[in-house]
Amino acid sequence: MKTLRIGSGAGYSGDRIEPAVELASRGDLDYLVFECLAERTIALAQQVRISDPQGGYDPLLSERMRRVLPFVGRRDDQRRLRVITNMGAANPVSAAIEVRRIADELGLHLNVVAAVGDDVLQVLQPELMLDNGQTLGSLGERLISANAYLGVDAILEALHADADVVITGRVADPSLFLAPQMFEFDWAAHDWQRLGRGTLVGHLLECAGQVSGGYFADPGFKDVDDLARLGFPLAEINADGEAVITKVAGSGGRVSRATCTEQLIYEVHDPAAYLTPDVTADFSHVSFVEEGLDRVRALGADGRARPEQLKVSVGYLDGWIGEGQMSYGGPGAVARAQLARDIVLKRLELMGVNMQEVRAELIGMDSLHGPRSNVEPWEVRLRVAARCEARSDAVRVGNEVETLYTNGPSGGGGASKSVRQVVAVASLLLARSAVNPRIEA
Amino acid sequence: MKLHTLAHSRTGDKGDTSNISIIAYRAEDYPLLCEQLTAERVAEFFAGLREPGAAPVRRYELPNVQALNFVLPGILRGGVTRSLALDAHGKCLGSALLAIELAMPN
Repeated sequence: MKTLRIGSGAGYSGDRIEPAVELASRGDLDYLVFECLAERTIALAQQVRISDPQGGYDPLLSERMRRVLPFVGRRDDQRRLRVITNMGAANPVSAAIEVRRIADELGLHLNVVAAVGDDVLQVLQPELMLDNGQTLGSLGERLISANAYLGVDAILEALHADADVVITGRVADPSLFLAPQMFEFDWAAHDWQRLGRGTLVGHLLECAGQVSGGYFADPGFKDVDDLARLGFPLAEINADGEAVITKVAGSGGRVSRATCTEQLIYEVHDPAAYLTPDVTADFSHVSFVEEGLDRVRALGADGRARPEQLKVSVGYLDGWIGEGQMSYGGPGAVARAQLARDIVLKRLELMGVNMQEVRAELIGMDSLHGPRSNVEPWEVRLRVAARCEARSDAVRVGNEVETLYTNGPSGGGGASKSVRQVVAVASLLLARSAVNPRIEA
Repeated sequence: MKLHTLAHSRTGDKGDTSNISIIAYRAEDYPLLCEQLTAERVAEFFAGLREPGAAPVRRYELPNVQALNFVLPGILRGGVTRSLALDAHGKCLGSALLAIELAMPN
């Protein structure tokens, strides 16, 4: 029986590139998938596209493609490697044009296909209700983007059109991996058990290094070798969707029951109902068996009928966050930092800075989990952050922290300040009939 | 005994909600985790961090992988995009939970 080999070349937009090249060159892969879209990435990319109609795709697209395309396509005596990625972000069509340009430059003849249809900004009704209780219409001009989480449909169409490279925008992360399994093994769209199994494979692979020893080490408790050369994972899958998770021999990291279990539950709520556009996957009876060094078999995934509606992620502008930081060290550091905090908060009040929410904390004491320990650290760092409607107010936050240099307690150092626009994300549910996934060759 | 010696953890985020896995290193310790690491206890541990009025903490059991999954609505205070928190994803939350003390059976 045929074994399909799918590798994971990125777990997020800024991820390392060398492990993807390692997979492309030495992974003996059929597919290399790059998952690069976090919740609000598309909204940010859409802002880029507004100022540059040819832009709005992943900033690392060109570099990644330049490095892996030489291994893509039909090659003698080897598997045919294809690439599937959501690096199209807010502009898959322009991303595909860029990939074709790079392929031409490299002298490669590749079929690059854009899968589109996730952008539903123009079809949404203003009275639709978001999960934060606001209507879409109430966002007015602050609304930036609305993208439906698509499933496998347009990717399958692209593979049937013999694509070497498939570039999508918003697609549910596991669907990027499920589509090639359905295509290669000819699974029906209602074969819920196999779709559930294939979704498990996608879920385990979608964060790349997070299943092969990345984001796992806890020295003395969970040690992992050679994280500087972490190998990204690949799955060996059979026609029933049974899979072994592994990585390229000799790469750093570790694939074990424990790494797979952490990733199994990552970003999952009810393990019996992991919703994707393709299937309601059931991970509640999954188990893992170690079959050798860095080889783990995943068993027991199941599935039920897919959800009726699609989730839509809506991006909108929501004011500005201003922030300032200043460090204090040595005897009395905590008392001086606390005094500095009180001074800044008082100043923001005296100056009438208009803030929706403000937060002041001491990094090293209480910034992550609130106050948890009475031990005084040698050094602490004051951090004040506020969300403001107006940029001019947000600017004042960092400025007031900076003025601690000459106006605050003794011995503050290393001031930093920043202002950023808030691109918030909310979601809503949309009928499938309102969405039209398709390819643009 | 600290939970850290018996279990490991990873935290994920979706919108305003975190989920924290607690995974027993050894299968024989899993019943102890199920017994003592209740949803109420985890809610209490993070009481100061969650949005007032947030939905209750939920706990799911995954016995085949000797793990618990805690879902904590409202802990990201607006979610990664709006939150003023230094760790807006809440990625460090699971490590904090490993500081919980468990009573060991005699």
